[in-house]
Amino acid sequence: MDTLDLARWQFAITTVYHFFFVPVTISLVAITAGLQTAWYRTGKDKYLRLTKFYGKLFLINIAMGVVTGLVQEFQFGMNWSDYSRFVGDVFGAPLALEGLLAFFVESTFIGLWIFGWDRLPKKVHLACIWMVVLGTQLSAYFILAANSWMQNPVGFRYNAERGRAELTDLWAVLTNKVVLVTFPHTIFAAFMVGGAFVAAVAIWHLVRRPGVDTGAFRTAMRLGAVIVIAAGAGVALSGDQQGKVMTEVQPMKMAAAEALYQSEKPASFSVFTIGTLDGSQEIFSVKVPYLLSFLATGTFDGQVEGINNLQQAYEKLYGPGSYNPNVPLTYWTFRLMIGVGMTAVALAVLLLWMTRKGREPHRLLIWMALPLPLLPLFANVFGWVFTETGRQPWLVFGLMPTSAGVSPGTTSTEILISLLGFTVLYGVLAVVEAKLMLKSIRAGLAGTSPPADPSGPDDDSDDDGSAEAKPLSFAY
Amino acid sequence: MELTTVWFAVIAFLWIGYFVLEGFDFGVGILLRVLGRDEPERRAVVTTIGPVWDGNEVWLITAGAMTFAAFPEWYATLFSAFYLPLFAILVALILRGVALEYRGKRDDLPWRSRMDTLIVIGSLAPSLLWGIAFANLVRGIPLDASYEFVGGLGDLLSPFALLGGVTFTAVFVAHGAIFLALRTTDELRERANRLAGWTGLVAAGLAVGFLAWAQQLRGDRWSVLIAVAAALALVGGLVANRVRREGWAFAGTAVAVALAVTSLFVAMFPAVMPSTLDPGSTLTTAAAASTPYTLKILTVIAAIFTPLVMLYQGWTYWVFRKRVIVGV
Repeated sequence: MDTLDLARWQFAITTVYHFFFVPVTISLVAITAGLQTAWYRTGKDKYLRLTKFYGKLFLINIAMGVVTGLVQEFQFGMNWSDYSRFVGDVFGAPLALEGLLAFFVESTFIGLWIFGWDRLPKKVHLACIWMVVLGTQLSAYFILAANSWMQNPVGFRYNAERGRAELTDLWAVLTNKVVLVTFPHTIFAAFMVGGAFVAAVAIWHLVRRPGVDTGAFRTAMRLGAVIVIAAGAGVALSGDQQGKVMTEVQPMKMAAAEALYQSEKPASFSVFTIGTLDGSQEIFSVKVPYLLSFLATGTFDGQVEGINNLQQAYEKLYGPGSYNPNVPLTYWTFRLMIGVGMTAVALAVLLLWMTRKGREPHRLLIWMALPLPLLPLFANVFGWVFTETGRQPWLVFGLMPTSAGVSPGTTSTEILISLLGFTVLYGVLAVVEAKLMLKSIRAGLAGTSPPADPSGPDDDSDDDGSAEAKPLSFAY
Repeated sequence: MELTTVWFAVIAFLWIGYFVLEGFDFGVGILLRVLGRDEPERRAVVTTIGPVWDGNEVWLITAGAMTFAAFPEWYATLFSAFYLPLFAILVALILRGVALEYRGKRDDLPWRSRMDTLIVIGSLAPSLLWGIAFANLVRGIPLDASYEFVGGLGDLLSPFALLGGVTFTAVFVAHGAIFLALRTTDELRERANRLAGWTGLVAAGLAVGFLAWAQQLRGDRWSVLIAVAAALALVGGLVANRVRREGWAFAGTAVAVALAVTSLFVAMFPAVMPSTLDPGSTLTTAAAASTPYTLKILTVIAAIFTPLVMLYQGWTYWVFRKRVIVGV
């Protein structure tokens, strides 16, 4: 493999891995903040214990999100220096905003929240976790604005003399129509993961340890399921909007998502298609008439451009070459994103129905504990693989092909070293994280002390009481 | 002042903030096993930086992002030229971050001991490597006419660069020891104070040598003056440490780190990546910069939010100002 392939693999591996932690972090911190708010307003002990329980799981998760996020910022310069030279004037701005406006807020207030349980007034302490929520949301917005610019470059002019894109309108970049639909879609999708995680952990406790903290976990389970369903509706609605914007600004991505080779009017939606191995021809297909026209254009008889027609148009526009993304990968990740995500919503509905009106959770529900959070998590990842694969062969759509962005001076040995290094490191860390998560999940609410009991043993369980006399133990 | 000069100063300021702040938490990390003799002591040591290290690290992330936005050519050249050292720094910072967050999540001592080892390595390696990287920034690296690095790993490991690495590490160790003396009590505080005394002398010796060499390579009257002030601040900090005025001692090493890094940036200016091959391929602020429009927008944003960040980070230090007591 040459440097380009290696650099692409490295970006794919480090980014997908990073994104396993992002949706959990975004949603779990908000849910934890919600639980703490419930405690603040009602004074009910169960909310405090749930806050500390899910808060700890959130901290285990965000640690991985933060450290793997470091790599993201560095690797643009390390592996993609020509890309950085070309886009820095535009793309750098949202990254700079993310650092200054979001990361500082997130990291500073998280420290205050972890260590501030008995140093800060209750209200201020509660405000701290909401600041972390704000930080994660801002961070998501800025990074999605940067990514959306790569999908649909706006607010810039091309400077031929310097050979780079130059910012002319930051507001246009921040209100790119792609980010306006991608942000809600990504956030709702993240909440599906967090809701499912909260519910799944609660199911495990309710089924495996009947009678232990049943009230608290029942609340968590139903809350999680409701979040999955509500967020699922948000994902569907925002996804529909996103499909229309995508058809407009990246018709090739929509065509590839549907493996639609010839333009159709009206176009039917392919539920399932088997093509030849190179993906250029259909062998067998199940289709719903008119649906694709509606999804893509909002009318039942709108024209949807096909891959071959777009290829011809792009050759005229950009010169000879292939402008097709990897069609099978785009096609299948698009389907898996939707199918797997919808299955998660169905499971959440089933869960609510089976536990309606105070019914005890059935033993069989334990089979939901693992797939329930994994399904939306993988739907998130498939969504990203889809949207990034569908942009190929462009790094910045219509402006810079992926092959032009790689660092010219970097050797394949260097990339191979870092590729292997990160892959092995990430593999080991995944095992450590998973074990720690399971251990903390198993410990349950017993690991969180009631508020008015300063006499607990000196270990991870005691965050209250004689804090001046010893280091706090919520984190360390 | 030209906007490119303003932004050179902003980037320098972010690096200064990073080294002053993460400098002491690196130092604390390096000393974790030296000063913390048993689990309660080590836990106390880690707790002194617990609420703040993550926020300190964001100075680095922001310095990187701001460089990307304000000086894309600098960002591209710097990060691709220092490829393997940066990879090592990333691995170290990942291990360190995970270890700091996970050490208290399990009770057993072997686990904590393993995490402690990772904290030590994860603090030591970046200290050394940032020193090496910054020495190379001052000295210059082989760049061709399109500002691409054409050297190898060996070019980054000159004696001057290695001295830079050792100096950064020694200064951070002294800085961290003084921070620990300021933030702990009783025996731990005594030990930290004593250790700060002799490591401070070593650091002072190395710093004077490194700064003098740096000035001789690429310095002007101003950078020399600032370097001398840095050395004086370090000596002042050590004297304050000697007479047990820990707050003044910490202020002394903080100012020393800040001035030393300032002197390196002043010595470099207006180059951001000097070329050792041909002065014509030296990357300067003007050639590396973004457009005036981008710089203007970034200036407004930075002018509003940087003071705000400093305010709430300062508040964090205020909230956790009480000394950490070793638990039973």
